[in-house]
Amino acid sequence: MLEEVIIAGFGGQGVMVMGYLLAYAAMREGKNVSWIPSYGPEMRGGTANCSVVISRDSEVASPIVSEPTTLIAMNRPSLDKFERMLVPGGLLVVNASLVDREPERRDIDILKVPANDIANELGNMRVANMVVLGAFVARRGCVEPASVIGSLEKVLPPHHHDLIPLNEEAFARGAGLASLRPSMQP
Amino acid sequence: MAGGLANKASTDKVLMKGNEAIAEAAIRGGCRFFFGYPITPQNEIPEYMSRRLPEVGGVYLQAESEVAAINMVYGAAAAGARVMTSSSSPGISLKQEGLSYIAACELPCVVVNMMRGGPGLGGIQPSQSDYFQATKGGGHGDYHLIVFGPASVQEAADITCEAFSIADYYRNPVMILGDGALGQMMEPVEFRPVEEPELPPKTWATTGARGRRPNIITSLELEPALLEELNRRLAAKYEKIKRELVRFDTYKLEDAHWAIVAYGMMARVARAAVDKARARGIRAGLFRPISLFPFPYDSLARVAEQVRAFLTVEMSMGQMVEDVKLAVLGKRPVHFYGRTGGVVPTAQEILQALERIIQNEAPQNANGAWQKEGDAGAEGFWATGGFN
Repeated sequence: MLEEVIIAGFGGQGVMVMGYLLAYAAMREGKNVSWIPSYGPEMRGGTANCSVVISRDSEVASPIVSEPTTLIAMNRPSLDKFERMLVPGGLLVVNASLVDREPERRDIDILKVPANDIANELGNMRVANMVVLGAFVARRGCVEPASVIGSLEKVLPPHHHDLIPLNEEAFARGAGLASLRPSMQP
Repeated sequence: MAGGLANKASTDKVLMKGNEAIAEAAIRGGCRFFFGYPITPQNEIPEYMSRRLPEVGGVYLQAESEVAAINMVYGAAAAGARVMTSSSSPGISLKQEGLSYIAACELPCVVVNMMRGGPGLGGIQPSQSDYFQATKGGGHGDYHLIVFGPASVQEAADITCEAFSIADYYRNPVMILGDGALGQMMEPVEFRPVEEPELPPKTWATTGARGRRPNIITSLELEPALLEELNRRLAAKYEKIKRELVRFDTYKLEDAHWAIVAYGMMARVARAAVDKARARGIRAGLFRPISLFPFPYDSLARVAEQVRAFLTVEMSMGQMVEDVKLAVLGKRPVHFYGRTGGVVPTAQEILQALERIIQNEAPQNANGAWQKEGDAGAEGFWATGGFN
């Protein structure tokens, strides 16, 4: 199992934390994992992205992802920038609340998640990232949902621990949108 | 985002950025003084040190400049302290004068360079274009730093921790040569118990001369014969370092016909390229220098007996490739592929570079027209069944 994920969106959408949670969950399961952020000028208000590589069987070779098996696009610029890089048969998770165009690729698995709408229903826009993460984890099964939930208190700073139940709820809502369809990659 | 040691998981591993892991490892390696000046992409090191050093009774100080910081390191090292500074390429350039003085005075310290794209102020994305500066002296005079190029967060932590003993043992500055990607990436890391080797007491340190003759630490020596003697002593030390400190790693090199040579973060991408090549039936392998000074010349020379050609891959326009050529001494072709300015070559690009080499090196027809000047061992190769 080798999952190479690019998570991209606007600064403030929580894409770094999504990657951090995913990486932490994988580490808890004893898997090999790396997380690397973009740290360029885009961090100052534009788009941000991070790459997570999870490997069950061997140590992570390159932490820099150029051919993602999954792209999580939280906004339209992210879809525009990374869609063509996805491997054939890869997974595209789009935040359907914000992305106003159809994906061009026809050779991939596409999961549309109205993340902002669901987060809005839950009363806090900031958990849109957890909705998407829930959907992704449910679809790919690259980590156990419980590992992600268990990582929340390690990843979120203590002054946000009161938001853990809300994050769990958002994650569960997202997970409810997707059925398991593991990676076709070796 | 909450980083650091608070994040203990069910295993003994923690998820940390390379920069943070280096800082924590330094403290575990006995570092109690840190002097620095901010620059991307290494700011997590001073940030972490500013928080942690006071907890262990150490001193963190943000200097007014890189020049000031390295000279504070000079002073603390002269007083016998375990001391570190960190910066990134342009800032490391500013430290070169101080490093020359520290090397001349044979003072132990640890310097971290998380390289970014140059020359000049350059950019903030990862690069390996300070290899010459790090391994060939950097400042003025006949001196060397001991230089390590770790390729993972774990290795960066292990080497940084050990670097303080190595610096003390050889009385020589040690440089951890990473890049922006290594500093920014998070990986699981485990901090193992530190085993301190037995080291000679620092009788030379300027600790106050009560009851003994004063220790004088200076790099000024106006008597040519005495200055030459210092240079001979330094050269003898570097020879000892070359015998004792060479480190490297290999991946699938045992039966390889094509050797990729890469260090640090680039070596990880190269490892992925080796797997891609193997999947296509190309017998590629990886040679990864860990110590960059001393460079593993002899081991690489032995690889030349076995492979058909070398491909050196760097995030530069070609620097370490010169040491690879020195090691191979013309016995085999040494090719180069590099990207720079903050662009990181992909595994696919490396594979394509390798395939181009194989195409050019391979026989164009049954007469075997591939053999070129310098391919002294080519017959041996064909005798063992050709490539692949």
